[in-house]
Amino acid sequence: MFAFVVKRLIQSVFILLGVSFITFALLYLLPADPVRQIAGRSATAETVANIRAQLGLDKPFIVQYARYFGNLVQGDLGRSYLQKTEVSTLIASRLPASLLLMLGAIVCELVLGITMGVVAALRRGTVTDNSLMMASFIGVSAPQFVVGLLMLYVFAVQLRWFPIGGYGTFAHMVLPSITLGILGSGWYSRMMRSSMIDVLRQDFIRTARAKGLGRMRVLMRHALPNAVLPIIAMIGIDVGIFMGGIVVVESVFGWPGIGQLAWQAIQRVDIPIIMGVTLVSACAIVIGNLVADIASLFADPRIKVR
Amino acid sequence: MAFVETAPVLLPLSVWQRLKKRKLALFGMTLIFLTLFGAICAPYLTPYGPNDQMFDGLTLQGAPMAPGAQFALGTDLLGRDLLTRILYGARTSLIIGLVANGVALIIGTFVGVTAGYFGGFWGSVLMRFTDLMMAFPALLLAICLAAIFQPSLWIVALVIATVNWVQTARVLYAETASLSEREFIAAERTLGASNIRILFRHILPHLTPTIIVWGTLGISTTVLLEATLSFLGVGVQPPTPSWGNIIFENQTYFQAAPWLVFFPGVAIVTLALAFNLVGDALRDVLDPTQRGRG
Repeated sequence: MFAFVVKRLIQSVFILLGVSFITFALLYLLPADPVRQIAGRSATAETVANIRAQLGLDKPFIVQYARYFGNLVQGDLGRSYLQKTEVSTLIASRLPASLLLMLGAIVCELVLGITMGVVAALRRGTVTDNSLMMASFIGVSAPQFVVGLLMLYVFAVQLRWFPIGGYGTFAHMVLPSITLGILGSGWYSRMMRSSMIDVLRQDFIRTARAKGLGRMRVLMRHALPNAVLPIIAMIGIDVGIFMGGIVVVESVFGWPGIGQLAWQAIQRVDIPIIMGVTLVSACAIVIGNLVADIASLFADPRIKVR
Repeated sequence: MAFVETAPVLLPLSVWQRLKKRKLALFGMTLIFLTLFGAICAPYLTPYGPNDQMFDGLTLQGAPMAPGAQFALGTDLLGRDLLTRILYGARTSLIIGLVANGVALIIGTFVGVTAGYFGGFWGSVLMRFTDLMMAFPALLLAICLAAIFQPSLWIVALVIATVNWVQTARVLYAETASLSEREFIAAERTLGASNIRILFRHILPHLTPTIIVWGTLGISTTVLLEATLSFLGVGVQPPTPSWGNIIFENQTYFQAAPWLVFFPGVAIVTLALAFNLVGDALRDVLDPTQRGRG
């Protein structure tokens, strides 16, 4: 177990190295010139050359990457070209909002997904089951920007139950969290349904019923914990989906997280920010996957460490 | 010819027989057929062109027209018929869905099967690279790629393929690796069969069901990714209509003219849903290990 974790951690370091190299290379190939963005349209050729030299962007690719990497090892993500602030400061100030949004999404995923899955499993083969599974299919087929815009229209513009965008109170959180969580709740409800059906077939459930326990008690104390564990263990994998989703959801709802930070940076060719957010996201994804793998080992001891 | 057929018997007819008993699969196929019909017959289904800005397509105040008798789904902010743009947009979605997903499937199959069958140093290099791609925030990568190359229809398809082959590769890798250790493969090798023969006569036929299932489900992922990229403005560029960029162009107007988000949105969900339904039914029909789940 310990050896497995250490091995995975070492692998993760190499993966992150690879991600940093590929992203850096891609951004180097970008046809848009970041120096032009900084200097402005009216800048003279001399100013442009000065800024380029100042940022070290006149050096060959390998030298630039080596310098970036050298700073990265020391925990320095560089400075934003346009905002004149440390990238790490910018990310640190935006990260809590994104994490809060993801937390909301996880709650929404689990509540919706588990409820739908359990009800579908208990009503297996009925109209309820079929409609719930159809709903989960629609959930995984709906792009987040469509869900977000439609929810804004119905619940914020027409019904005025929630604010139309922004950040700050619990009310601001509801619509973005649901939008980000709907995709996952679709998957979770399907997994929960089949997991629940599997557990309900097991002998210990029959034993529990036979010794006279009530249906509800068997369900809550015996079936549910066993069915839910493998699903909870997989939450870590969602980080990957969230990291893409927040770019869209934050832009629809004006949520001030790292998704918006990255999206604005891409539009302004602010390369250090794009690098920083990509690396932080990749880090989160790698950690999420690792946590999911370890959690599944605990959730189902039959899985062997390879 | 003394030749033992080892591949699973995969008669298209028997698959169809089993598939047509599933209502959801039939429903999905109907939706796909309708979209295909709308995309192909678009010029005959609507009297307008996708880029025609109608002089009577805007209200006197210059706002988009609501759905009505003349424009069934209303008009957009440039006075173009929304139904026409959605019909032509179906072409974009289908082309990208098929091309991007086809390319992704080829890359994924190549990487997964090569790594799984040959293993060794290059096998693990390929799979470590796949792990690396898994760690990339896919949407950010796609946005960066789309920004590097000026996004045209084909570039968007390639960008989507570049980020979408990973899942297929991982699934096929696992399957190929376990197949390669089976006895009939060892037997074939003892008989002196070449790697090429084993790969094409024995490994690939066994993988066909998985490839078909992932291919179908992948179209839905692709359609959604195209829509998202186009919605962000880095996908298919206007004036070429795409369901995502219709929403991108009109989103500032959505409070006053919600149909401009609603109808293209419904189109996206419908097509993605259709391929998900068919793919899921195919998985039940084709994959014996998954049978009896519910």
